Amino acid sequence: MEINTGNTAWLLLSSALVLLMTPGLALFYGGLNRSKGVLNMMMMSFSCIGLISVLWVLYGFTLAFGVNGSAGLNNIIGNFSTYFGTGTSAITEEWLFFGANTGIPTYAFMGFQMMFAIITVALISGAVSDRLKFGGWVIFAFAWFTLVYIPVAHWVWGGGFIGSKIRALDFAGGTAVHINAGAAALALCLILGKRIGWPRENMRPHNVPFVALGAGLLWFGWFGFNAGSELTVDGTTVFAFINTQVATAAALVGWVVVEWFRDGKPTLVGASSGAVAGLVAITPACGFVAPLPAVLIGLIAGAFCALAVGLKYRFGYDDSLDVVGVHFVGGWIGSLSIGFFATAQVNAGITDSKILNASEGLFYGGGLAQLGRQFLGSFVVTLYSFAIAAAIALAIKAFKSLRVTPEAEISGIDIADHGETGYDLTPSGGSGGGGAFAMAGLTNSAPIDADGKADVSQKVAG
Amino acid sequence: MKLVTAVIKPYQLDAVKEALHALGVAGLTVSEVQGYGRQKGHTEVYRGAEYTVEFLPKIKVEVVTDEIDVDKVVDAVVASARTGKIGDGKVWVTSVDDVVRVRTGERGLDAL
Repeated sequence: MEINTGNTAWLLLSSALVLLMTPGLALFYGGLNRSKGVLNMMMMSFSCIGLISVLWVLYGFTLAFGVNGSAGLNNIIGNFSTYFGTGTSAITEEWLFFGANTGIPTYAFMGFQMMFAIITVALISGAVSDRLKFGGWVIFAFAWFTLVYIPVAHWVWGGGFIGSKIRALDFAGGTAVHINAGAAALALCLILGKRIGWPRENMRPHNVPFVALGAGLLWFGWFGFNAGSELTVDGTTVFAFINTQVATAAALVGWVVVEWFRDGKPTLVGASSGAVAGLVAITPACGFVAPLPAVLIGLIAGAFCALAVGLKYRFGYDDSLDVVGVHFVGGWIGSLSIGFFATAQVNAGITDSKILNASEGLFYGGGLAQLGRQFLGSFVVTLYSFAIAAAIALAIKAFKSLRVTPEAEISGIDIADHGETGYDLTPSGGSGGGGAFAMAGLTNSAPIDADGKADVSQKVAG
Repeated sequence: MKLVTAVIKPYQLDAVKEALHALGVAGLTVSEVQGYGRQKGHTEVYRGAEYTVEFLPKIKVEVVTDEIDVDKVVDAVVASARTGKIGDGKVWVTSVDDVVRVRTGERGLDAL
């Protein structure tokens, strides 16, 4: 194999960028959450990095991207043995994109896709803040990744029926990532139930600078997510990169304009949320549309999602941090936008019968064919993810591992499930009591050793 | 002796401190508190959802003084804390039976 150094370097860099999105998401969600659950919220993202990375290298990649010998079976799931186990031969194999050479080792592609799997599962956590047992979350993440993410990634990108039969287009994850996670989030939060006191009580974001920092890290990492999804470096890569920027910028404007008119004031939470909505919406379309339509997609997504986040109050489901309103709705907008704006001028593969074998969008002379395919592909993922996520959640509920006790929920899931708290802002720091009392406890009960350090074990116990 | 307690706008703290200093007040205690009076709270909007913030941040200033000076202290606090807008706060006076300086054991006015 002849390694293309430019392509491989870009894909490895993109993989690291996509990984950074998950800690970014943790900050984004953590800041939007109440302070008593900030660590649990961030831990749900970080646990995905740990869990999903291992599962991906173990069996995820081979089931999603290993080509199944039987064409019929390959519509549904990849081959279990191609990349399973301790074999290292794949490192010297070249990853082929629809039979064409890419110049990247298969393991570079494996690593890139690993980061997608991590963040897709982590996205779901925003709907369930402050009340889902951490153990229940780990089981859900494991089961949903195995039963939903792997097959859907195969259907969309691995040669399965959504890509090859329905021929719905998804450049970087509108269906496989955002609609997929959004539908699962809706199912999970419906079965989990509302937070105690919602929506009567104040549950406002506890750290808005975290929200903005998280959105910034997501934006930065998303260049790898979108432009990296071309796998190679060419003209389409640049379109994906530029579209990511302009659509996100437009969505930020769209969201802020809506709330400025509706609520009277432009907010930083709104600007951050708008940016994320734009990133979501441009994801499936970024390698298929021109920059001006990308601006339009962003504006629509920003404005529409700003309105969609209010739906939970109308329908009474506690999608705590608006995974449905932003990722599900934004994913649908982006997926459908391909049916209007996709053009072979940006990506010649769209109409190439050997590659994507799809059609251009309505506004580029392709008629309604592609819009119908986009709808069907998105609908299938919505239905499948919602149904299986609901079944998993019900199974976990049957084992009483879904929801923390009301006492734990009110005093804070951080202490109940993790035994730690996010903040100690008392002037003297110290043990749980805080403030001046912490100092009193330190000198009276906790011995200080020769280095002048307090006995930490006793301090924590206090 | 009297304890003068004032709950004021955080922004006015410097003015109040300067006014008391000018009177020769030897010491005071300041704490961050939350509450509401006739002003009530305010509303904040996040992602279109309106939240009422009932308790507003205020500063509580406490000064112990002798009975002769108490009116001057109250007047100084009121004059320096006033902006004329709603939410300027309250000042009240209570009696203090005794005061002890911890370091020396002095009592009463000597401890002030």
